[in-house]
Amino acid sequence: MYSLYRSVSTQKRTCPLLSVQPIRGLVDEKFKFVVTNLPPNQKVTLHSLHQSDDKDFWEAFGHYVSDEHGSVTGFKDESLGGTFEGTEPMGLLWSMRPTSGSRHGIRLRKRDTFRPMEVCISVYSGHISQGFSQQTPLATSVSERWYIAPGVKRVNIREKNLRGTLFLPPGSGPYPAVLDLWGGGGGLVEYRSAILASHGFASMALEYLGPEDLRLEDTDASYFERAYQILNNHPMVKKDNLAVLGLSIGSVITLNMVSYSKVIKPKCCVCISGSHLVPVNKSLFELFEQLKNHADKLRVNEDNQVIYRNLHLAISCESGKVDVGRIKCPLLLVNGDDDQTFPAVESAEDMAMMMEKAGNRHLLEILTYPGAGHLIEPPYSPHFRATKYKLQETNETIVMLWGGQTKPHAYAQEDAWKKILAFLWQHLSAP
Amino acid sequence: MLAPIRTVSTERGTCPLLTVQPNRAQVDEKFQIVIMNLLPNQKVTLHSLHQSEDKDFWEAFGHYISDENGTVTVAKDESLGGTYEGTEQMGLLWSMRPVPGSRPGLRLRKMNILTPIVIHISVYNGHLSQDFSQQTPLASSVTERWYVAPGVQRVNIRENGVRGTLFLPPGPGPYPGVLDLWGGGGGLVEYRSGLLASHGFASMALEYLAPEELRTADVDVSYFEKAYQILQNHPKVHRDRMAMLGLSFGSAVTLSMAAYSKVIKPQCCVCISGSHVFPVDKSLFEVFEEMKKYMGRIYMNKENQVIHRDIILPIPSDPALKVDVGRIKCPLLLVNAGDDQNWASVESAEDMEMMMEKAGNRHLLTVLTYPDAGHLIEPPYSPHFRASNFILQEIKEKIVMLWGGQTKPHAYAQEDSWEKILTFLRQHLYFSSNFAVKAKL
Repeated sequence: MYSLYRSVSTQKRTCPLLSVQPIRGLVDEKFKFVVTNLPPNQKVTLHSLHQSDDKDFWEAFGHYVSDEHGSVTGFKDESLGGTFEGTEPMGLLWSMRPTSGSRHGIRLRKRDTFRPMEVCISVYSGHISQGFSQQTPLATSVSERWYIAPGVKRVNIREKNLRGTLFLPPGSGPYPAVLDLWGGGGGLVEYRSAILASHGFASMALEYLGPEDLRLEDTDASYFERAYQILNNHPMVKKDNLAVLGLSIGSVITLNMVSYSKVIKPKCCVCISGSHLVPVNKSLFELFEQLKNHADKLRVNEDNQVIYRNLHLAISCESGKVDVGRIKCPLLLVNGDDDQTFPAVESAEDMAMMMEKAGNRHLLEILTYPGAGHLIEPPYSPHFRATKYKLQETNETIVMLWGGQTKPHAYAQEDAWKKILAFLWQHLSAP
Repeated sequence: MLAPIRTVSTERGTCPLLTVQPNRAQVDEKFQIVIMNLLPNQKVTLHSLHQSEDKDFWEAFGHYISDENGTVTVAKDESLGGTYEGTEQMGLLWSMRPVPGSRPGLRLRKMNILTPIVIHISVYNGHLSQDFSQQTPLASSVTERWYVAPGVQRVNIRENGVRGTLFLPPGPGPYPGVLDLWGGGGGLVEYRSGLLASHGFASMALEYLAPEELRTADVDVSYFEKAYQILQNHPKVHRDRMAMLGLSFGSAVTLSMAAYSKVIKPQCCVCISGSHVFPVDKSLFEVFEEMKKYMGRIYMNKENQVIHRDIILPIPSDPALKVDVGRIKCPLLLVNAGDDQNWASVESAEDMEMMMEKAGNRHLLTVLTYPDAGHLIEPPYSPHFRASNFILQEIKEKIVMLWGGQTKPHAYAQEDSWEKILTFLRQHLYFSSNFAVKAKL
């Protein structure tokens, strides 16, 4: 008997009700919001507010008109304006952006995966677009969005200079596993592994850029092979039931490893926003030296945002491409066609040609999302067209243009995630 | 798009699926448990396991047979045996008991309510009744049950000698306020207030029996009045929408305050398993001294369990020994158990009804009596404790107190009364501006 939460509006003597279900959900789960007890045909604004782990405030809002019963139903009714328009049940999440006055170029990423993302959803009278904190809402509800399902366990992986975090699903295992590689932003980013574990995969987020005791010169094939073996040999992991999943430079590394390594032999791979145009012959040090040498190919637009995508094409002319004809496992590529950071779409087309020639084209599946940018994240994450970024090769902080338009990018994140999970299930399930 | 978590059974080559929805729920929320991908007509045992904050293990289980599709739907199918029987959607929670070998006389209570109750639910092959830890389940799932909804705020209250915890609903407020009183077990028990806040009430759990911190000689009417005012004066509390809710001895306090206090004037009151005998119009020390005079009426049964109920029987006719409930001016809801072995609450309610009839305020009274329920009527799906370890205030001795009740009717009482209590509070604190309106349930 879960009852709706109400707050009393003492002035109007009405009692608008806002219900958000589920009130505690996983980050990739849809929620439904319904507002009732409004006067008919009343203009209201649905507003979402979140304070990130970095203490910045993010918000989204939609302008609605109640129906003849005085209700607004998120999955049926249209937003007529705001940060999202149309019938968008999850718009209050994916259209979030920093509140006015925030620091520039920020990105929303969860650091503490064991605490939920708290989103405060409110209904305001009228169609308003600013000054929300100065108004009293008609009703408020707080919703939690979790990266971890109940029972998910977190294990620190620290072996010599190798650092990662392993998330284990609930239950006794053993489980199929995923080696999870983020991109050039570096650090140890855990949230995707956490949500993968919530879906039944033992997932290890690997840190390969950033730890003080790990030099770029030592981050070579053997580093990633060691990580793969640690995961494969873990007592809770189903041996040889592994996948490698990468985004951005993580995809570059994935393609390199799966084409050349004698140790890394996953059942399947997923490469998001990747490119085969950058072979990693020795260590990451050489890779970043190469990128540095071609820094003159970087373009900067009128908004001072760096467009990175030409770099790969330039490098590939010099050093060739990853020989993807050697890949022996199913490979899923997930790309946005407005990717301004990597030439992911062109690279995918070229990979298809190479694999056709080599006879392994049947292993390749390509998903290309129109209007999506480089940072294809789990569903309902906000879209970042450009954010501050520290270039590994020069240590400079720039504003990187990732690309994409918000609505198609949100669609891409939602659809790609479904397909990624289905792909992993298909290839990692028990025989 | 929440995909159920699968675990692979490598022996059979099948993949039974267990889903518990929602798997993060509020304590008073129902869950749906479905098992799929079993063989048709397969005997299975559904098992729940929880480790309490005191580190004891609690479990419940039900014996099911899958249908022709290999599915078990707990909300529709019957348990054929175990700790509960019949079609019982929430049986895996309310029928929990300590695992074999546990310390005797345990009671399950959550003290830290900012973290959830974690329950492991598993499916085993066959109809098992013991040694679950020695078997490998076909599938398992972990579910969380929360006493607080997202956004509920917890505020320590240490003011003017008053000790308590205030739980505020999310949002700007103001909210109706509920002063929440537990019984003679003492301490600061927060979970019911957390739940009330999750339903939109600013609820303050009050500590009034705490041997180390508060002397019973210092806890008198003014202590409760101060507590009430702290709540009422809080900026997020609606001062004209207040209630008092008490259980057991907390009910005696509630009735006394509602009848006599010039400060405490709530819009409504709820008394669970309480009595109007032994008015709390002096310090608790003096009240307990008074009660000690009647200790001879308390006795032990064959199992060495203390039956406390006769301490107020027969209900005295001398008005000085009872709260003058004819003076109460607000709607009053009494929630009583037919098998209450601790307080003669049903007999008390009958006497209160007579007194209020005479005084002309009978229309304010609503009495709910649950046959075969016991004294400890807690929030829904809490396990039932027919008897548990207790420190008797009057004599400061550790005993085993018989609370009474049978498990299934007690579980029903907890579920039904909670809904009625919330409806009652909402009716008088959200919708009614006239506190003399008769409570209709």
